[in-house]
Amino acid sequence: MGKEEAYFERLAARGISRRSFMKYCTALTATMGLSAAYVPKVAEVFAQPAQRPPVVWLHFAECTGCSESLLRSQYPYVDDLVLEVLSLEYHETLMAAAGHQAEEALQTAVKKYDGKFICVVEGAVATAYDGGYGKVGGRTFLEIAKEVVPHAAATIAYGTCACFGGIPAAKPNPGGYKGVGDAIGVKTLNIPGCPPNPINLVGTIVNYLLLGKLPELDETGRPLFAFGKTVHDQCPRRSHFENGEFAESFGSPEAAMGYCLYKLGCRGPETYNNCPVAKFNDGTSWPVEAGAPCIGCSQPDFWDTMTPFYEEM
Amino acid sequence: MGQRVVVDPITRIEGHLRIEIEVEGGKVKNAWSSGQMFRGIEMILQGRDPRDAHHFVQRSCGVCTYVHSVASVRAVDDAVGVKIPNNARLIRNLLHAAQFQHDHIVHFYHLHALDWVDIVNALKADPKATAALADNVSGSLAGGTNYYKSVQQRLQTFVDSGQLGPFANAYWGHPAYKLPPEANLMAAAHYIEALRLQAKAARMHAIFGGKNPHPQSLVVGGVTCVADLTPDRIAEFLYIAKETQEFVKNVYIPDLLAVASFYKDWGGIGGCTNFLAYGEFPQNDKEPESLYMPRGAIYGRDVANVKPVDQMKVTEDVTRAWYEGNKPLHPWTGETRPLKENPKYDTDSKKGKYSWTKAPRYEGKSCEVGPLARVLVAYGKGHEDLKPLVDGTLEKLGIPVEALFSTLGRTAARGLETIAIGDQIEGWVMELVENLKNGDNATYTPYEMKDGQGVGLNDVPRGALGHWVKIKDGKIENYQYVVPSTWNLGPRDAAGNMSPVEEALIGTPIADPKRPMEILRTVHSFDPCIACAIHVIDPESNEVYKVRVC
Repeated sequence: MGKEEAYFERLAARGISRRSFMKYCTALTATMGLSAAYVPKVAEVFAQPAQRPPVVWLHFAECTGCSESLLRSQYPYVDDLVLEVLSLEYHETLMAAAGHQAEEALQTAVKKYDGKFICVVEGAVATAYDGGYGKVGGRTFLEIAKEVVPHAAATIAYGTCACFGGIPAAKPNPGGYKGVGDAIGVKTLNIPGCPPNPINLVGTIVNYLLLGKLPELDETGRPLFAFGKTVHDQCPRRSHFENGEFAESFGSPEAAMGYCLYKLGCRGPETYNNCPVAKFNDGTSWPVEAGAPCIGCSQPDFWDTMTPFYEEM
Repeated sequence: MGQRVVVDPITRIEGHLRIEIEVEGGKVKNAWSSGQMFRGIEMILQGRDPRDAHHFVQRSCGVCTYVHSVASVRAVDDAVGVKIPNNARLIRNLLHAAQFQHDHIVHFYHLHALDWVDIVNALKADPKATAALADNVSGSLAGGTNYYKSVQQRLQTFVDSGQLGPFANAYWGHPAYKLPPEANLMAAAHYIEALRLQAKAARMHAIFGGKNPHPQSLVVGGVTCVADLTPDRIAEFLYIAKETQEFVKNVYIPDLLAVASFYKDWGGIGGCTNFLAYGEFPQNDKEPESLYMPRGAIYGRDVANVKPVDQMKVTEDVTRAWYEGNKPLHPWTGETRPLKENPKYDTDSKKGKYSWTKAPRYEGKSCEVGPLARVLVAYGKGHEDLKPLVDGTLEKLGIPVEALFSTLGRTAARGLETIAIGDQIEGWVMELVENLKNGDNATYTPYEMKDGQGVGLNDVPRGALGHWVKIKDGKIENYQYVVPSTWNLGPRDAAGNMSPVEEALIGTPIADPKRPMEILRTVHSFDPCIACAIHVIDPESNEVYKVRVC
């Protein structure tokens, strides 16, 4: 039995049909901007690889919302990702080990997979006061980033804090927080969002496993497959905007009819992300669908440049 | 002098926590809890639009997502004097109840279970005997010999790969693990099931909130999701809530009881003395009278004597935290000045500073907050749902009511309140449906921004949460919040009173100081959230910002 067949059997045992799995792979392939010819290859990536690619996940100044977003991944569910697709060598929220045994796991992984592991960073890095505002195991985020990141095959900054500094870097930025790339002077692949959409992380990793390289990026390091268009350009409410049909108050008849939220402060026209297409939580919804104006959370410095959120641009 | 042991990082929590203990004669003699990160969101809020605050504070935490958002809009609702529509109250309650269901399941299985369950030992289990055990104790719909065989095979394949990932280097085989292999295998299977279930449960937030983590649909004056009040959306919400609640009743609670029955000695370890609950889930616009989970304080474990709560009695102390200042202050007048340096961790000297977390006190007392505090307050008040749940559980386990004051009691209380709160969801959904049927689809009350101050007292999965806001010239002048993990995991105060977790750790048996797994049991039982717990203020001036937030 081929490994793909075995994989489908395992899926079936868990109540996931081959059809729904292939549907997911098709959606993921489309999200990644690859042609339909890649669908079977994408499916193959999820079938058990000989050696699962090692991932080291670092937590800095964060709220764990990015990790939580990954836990919401469905097809592949996070248990597939952890048990069968990736090898999560270090992840403080999920790992069983604690204290120096946890630290040991990090050192071992970096040494064993030197130049081969994928480093995912969640959270910003404090740079003021020698980085003294954030520590793990008695060492600053800054020291840890400098030690680990240069040994990675690729570093993915996951979430706006790791990409661009995010909320702790909002004015007046008391801890001198920066995105990990800026903090230590390396180039990272950036998947921003507050939280980011897990499909964009999965898409990036699959792209890497499939083609052996990272996807094409924009000038801020974001993959074009996810961040190539504005929210506004992809918004299902766009026709209301064109027709001049706006909600001017929450809870109004116009809001109930799903009119455009531009006048309530929507930042969709200035924000690059695929929320309207990918949606969140297995395609359940996204903020504008819930009547909430886009706050521009995947843009650098959005906490300063997009506020006050409820004022028209 | 006993042996000092440091566990840093404490994993399987939110945020960066360091626990230090002193062990003597095989027991913890002394303990220190230290928060290791400091961002400064309160300072960032200074001068901003009060309507925006809930977006900022929600980023305190993505695990206890939603809770700071709702606390913030309540505080600003109060400040501007807006009365939200009934439907908005119901939707806020529904989103919050969904958060309790989600959060408590994830805590039990993914953050806490591995302190009690030895995954590696599950490989020795007999799948047939596991199926029989599961039939006996669990109502899980997944089961049978083949099911457990396939789970075991999956774990075996994983272990054989040599890439142990998140399960590497843990305390497997530690003598404090007591479950037989079959119970370990059953729990391991449910760990995986719960991973999937939680992804589905989070969809409840997406339905009325746009996404999870960080749902976006709350606004001062109500909620934005008016277009989602359709039969299909509401039915979808209710369907997922019911499926989640079935998991709670058929899998989570039976697992909790099964595990607890092997660890009854933990009913005598890890207890605290004083308890505080603000209460939660307003059933109408009267607070605290209409709160489903009641408000109250308990001193000296005197459950029969629940005291009313006055938020003016809350103070915070920074003597042992990395801030300037030395007298306890109420949040309204509190000023927080972080040390402008790479802080020195000092647990050796009597007045040494050792944490970014402040030390909140109620009437000068260190109080445990969270599920156990809420359940004790409800129990003491003779709550019609929780009292029978607690009594029934104590009877099933054959343990006395005193055993509630413990690590086991804390973990059990979390499960019991999940049942009670989850059972309220259908009633709130039906109330919403009834309103809509009667033509009431109001979700938002317009208001004028005005100067003043407001407070929101909430009780969220990890405990009592208060937000205080002061508005001047339409901008935030002061914003302060005192959060559950600050109460539970802070440092000592000026008088040397320990925080609840420090107190709880004293006397804990430690079989092997090199592998202090017992520490994790008690620390995890508080479900720490350290990003929430830590506050900041203005590092530049000493008095301008009398603000403190999480």
